Amino acid sequence: METMNRVAGRITAYAVLTALGAAAAARAQPVLPFEQADWTSPPNAIDEAVLSRLRAEQLEPARPCSDAVFIRRVYLDVLGTLPTAAEVEAFLGDAAPDKRAALVDAVLARPEYADYAALRWCDILRVKAEFPINLWPNAVQAYHRWVRDAFARNMPYDQFARALLTSSGSNFRVPPVNFYRAIQGREPAARAAAVALTFLGARIETWPTERRAGLEALLSRVAYKTTAEWKEEIVFLDPAPAGPLEAVLPDGSTVCVPPDTDPRRVLADWLIRPDNPWFARAAVNRVWAWLLGRGIVHEPDDFRPDNPASNPELLTVLEREFVATGYDLRQLHRLILNSRTYQQSAHPARPAARVAELFAHYPVRRLDAEVLIDALCQVFGGGESYTSPIPEPFTIIPEGQRTITLADGSITSPFLELFGRPPRDTGLMSERNNQLTAAQRMHLLNSSHVQKRIEGSARLRDLLARHRADRAGLVRALYLTLLSRPPTSAELAAATAYLAGRGAPSRADVNDLAWALVNTKEFLYRH
Amino acid sequence: MQTPHEQRLTRREVLQRGLAGAAGVALLGPRGLWAQDAPPATPTPRATAVIQVWLWGGACHLDTFDPKPDAGADYCGPLASPVASNVDGIRIGELLPQLARQADKYSLIRSLTHGINAHETAAYLVQTGRQTDRLVFPSAGAVVSALRGYDHGYRGPVPPYIVLTQPQGRFSEAGFLGPRYKPFATGGDPNQARFAVEGLVQPGLTDERQQRRRALLRALDTLGAALADEPQFEHFAACERQADELIYGAARRIFDLSSEPAELRDRYGRNTFGQCCLVARRLVEAGVPYVTINSPGWDTHKQHFQAMRRKLPELDQGLATLLADLADRGLLERTIVWCCGEFGRTPRVQWEPPWNGGRGHFGACFSALVAGGGFKGGHVVGASDARGERVAQRPVYPRDLLGSIYTLLGIDPQQRLPNARGLDVPILPSPEDGPKGGGLLREIMDA
Repeated sequence: METMNRVAGRITAYAVLTALGAAAAARAQPVLPFEQADWTSPPNAIDEAVLSRLRAEQLEPARPCSDAVFIRRVYLDVLGTLPTAAEVEAFLGDAAPDKRAALVDAVLARPEYADYAALRWCDILRVKAEFPINLWPNAVQAYHRWVRDAFARNMPYDQFARALLTSSGSNFRVPPVNFYRAIQGREPAARAAAVALTFLGARIETWPTERRAGLEALLSRVAYKTTAEWKEEIVFLDPAPAGPLEAVLPDGSTVCVPPDTDPRRVLADWLIRPDNPWFARAAVNRVWAWLLGRGIVHEPDDFRPDNPASNPELLTVLEREFVATGYDLRQLHRLILNSRTYQQSAHPARPAARVAELFAHYPVRRLDAEVLIDALCQVFGGGESYTSPIPEPFTIIPEGQRTITLADGSITSPFLELFGRPPRDTGLMSERNNQLTAAQRMHLLNSSHVQKRIEGSARLRDLLARHRADRAGLVRALYLTLLSRPPTSAELAAATAYLAGRGAPSRADVNDLAWALVNTKEFLYRH
Repeated sequence: MQTPHEQRLTRREVLQRGLAGAAGVALLGPRGLWAQDAPPATPTPRATAVIQVWLWGGACHLDTFDPKPDAGADYCGPLASPVASNVDGIRIGELLPQLARQADKYSLIRSLTHGINAHETAAYLVQTGRQTDRLVFPSAGAVVSALRGYDHGYRGPVPPYIVLTQPQGRFSEAGFLGPRYKPFATGGDPNQARFAVEGLVQPGLTDERQQRRRALLRALDTLGAALADEPQFEHFAACERQADELIYGAARRIFDLSSEPAELRDRYGRNTFGQCCLVARRLVEAGVPYVTINSPGWDTHKQHFQAMRRKLPELDQGLATLLADLADRGLLERTIVWCCGEFGRTPRVQWEPPWNGGRGHFGACFSALVAGGGFKGGHVVGASDARGERVAQRPVYPRDLLGSIYTLLGIDPQQRLPNARGLDVPILPSPEDGPKGGGLLREIMDA
């Protein structure tokens, strides 16, 4: 019965969508400048899964977001970076009907894609020099570089996992061995917990004892030794004679590992088998959560029988596509980013209890700490200073280097701490806290850190110099730079009125306008 | 409440333990050493607030609270005439005459010791009671913030742990407790016409402009208007209301010294330190449980005596007025004031080049002032030798001082620190590990 419904849902999804589109058109007009009336692309497999579920719940999807919202959203979600005013203008002026798909391709090819993916993955892999992980600075740099490079080269995700699970060698020279060093403990249980969380999206404490023991057994022969080089450490397979190792795999099946075989390889072989659904599901669910604000299984790293997916069909669609494309992460992004589901407005068609968990609109979220400080630096110029609890050379960050490229979770700044950057202690995705606090609000409204950035901004000075005689042009340039869109007529009127007075606008008034735009919800949130 | 082991430690046993060392303790077993004594009465907790006056860089004990006029010019330099206080037998440095008239309100510890001569590790030890290790522990202010702050019913208009005006950095902050318990460092200068508290008052921004740009912000909040039902934005509004309460509400009034009588402001001293003392009193009055005044400039390797002639009168005026003002308002009974730096300074003046009359770092023996909140006034704890170079009687270690402060606040020093990492660690090290201790300052704690 359920299967039949699902099949029927697939067949009629497009018709439903068209019908819903018509119904939406009958309601009030799209909210400008954030929405547009019509879709410009067809629904894809993701949309069919989402819409059939929405229909079953008698929910409507949101309208399409506007082009201006889309470019800002894609940049922030994929690159962790604001588009420049020129990039926005080029995109808005582009008349090609498939320009959103072209933008997605262009964005996925940019180096910031790898930077931001590495940042997110290094949170999960706990890449930091100091307590409680203690990778130490050189290993952090090597490990981060390897991870970033994997995303830059679009290393298939199964190979990525295999390298992390099975590598042996020096922490400086074979960077993926740091996977087994970046954990709070050196015992098999600590390694098993890290493997379950990282690759199966599961908290091992929710597992039955024998499966936990089985995973620990497969990781029991990992050993560590130091060398004459300071802080170098070799991760290797313990050569101590061992009998055949019998263990229960996480799926409940039993394996017998001969003494001359690295049990980690047996584990990796099982993990990345295409018919192992958990591995791909955990990965696609993370990517989905990064792009759409919450996992289909939520929390995104808490897979267990009593925490079901809000839309199992959707998870299956993503998993199949991911396996079919050879674990191609860029292709997975492309599929999601080109979906109507991703391109919905942040405005639910109708407020209802389950709109968020069934993805009936794009979710509003505060920018990550790193993305926010990078945005401020990009918009106003200037850098940021960092410290680390241990003396390390990597805290001297050249002005212009982005915060999203920082390798080391131990390198920090008061801003990053204030805005909830994850400590990278546990690898849990919930470590990142993007919930606004009063202290953060006060910092943005009234701190000297933000105020001096605005007052000292050479970019603002240049903008003002370029538009001395043209208030509307100045306002438009500020809007494009800060909010990635031209102002509405009401905004233009309010802003030019603020800059009114004889002669050119005063720098203080321009500072106030920039301050106001930085403090809008539109600047601070993905939307 | 579990009685801390260290409270049962007698002086004889401390000496024994010190002599026997770790091996001796292991032989006796961790509990055997203290088990025989009947536990003395626990001092009554009566303090609800702490003002920490931090002489950042390390002030010289000989020039302040432990003068040694008989040690000669090589030790005293030009400051060889200590002044008598209003308590028989207690003399203090000649540049502290006002404090001398308040000696009945405070006690002096002349036998503080930890032996560390490096700023960071010494500052960490004196403010956490712990030696540096992998784990960074919270300073006393962060501990009090965690145990007397927002998590425990504090609803004051300003954060529960305030630093005036500049923070000392990592080794005097929240440690592993996390950013929630970090101090709110005001920045700015309360001796300016307008105390530009960080985040509260923007220097160079008039109230009129502030209001104007806020109105502009409201006019430009297009997304907020479009998504009026968005739960994230309702939360945003709540955060903004809280922030505004700080910016425009009671918090701002607390930091605004213009409502204080000019005569009182004069008494505190028209300088940054003096006005910080006044702000500290206002904060305590408003219910803030922990205030640290960081007084910089005590690291006087060169031109030491010139610096003392400048700094000590300010310290004297500010601290003496603070004690008197707190007492006048009935606040001293519930407010602990403690004043020291991370260490003392070399008793023997370094006349030779390149110092030419300076004093170096000295962790072997130094002094502290404690007052209020259950600390008795008019006493001296411990003694240094004739030249202030070694502890002669009753060594007091940083953990003893901090443990006494916690005890008077009703905080068990062996209480486990709340933390998200699942660490099972007491506020101060247990007697079995960590730096050694000399026992709580029972001799000056009201029963």
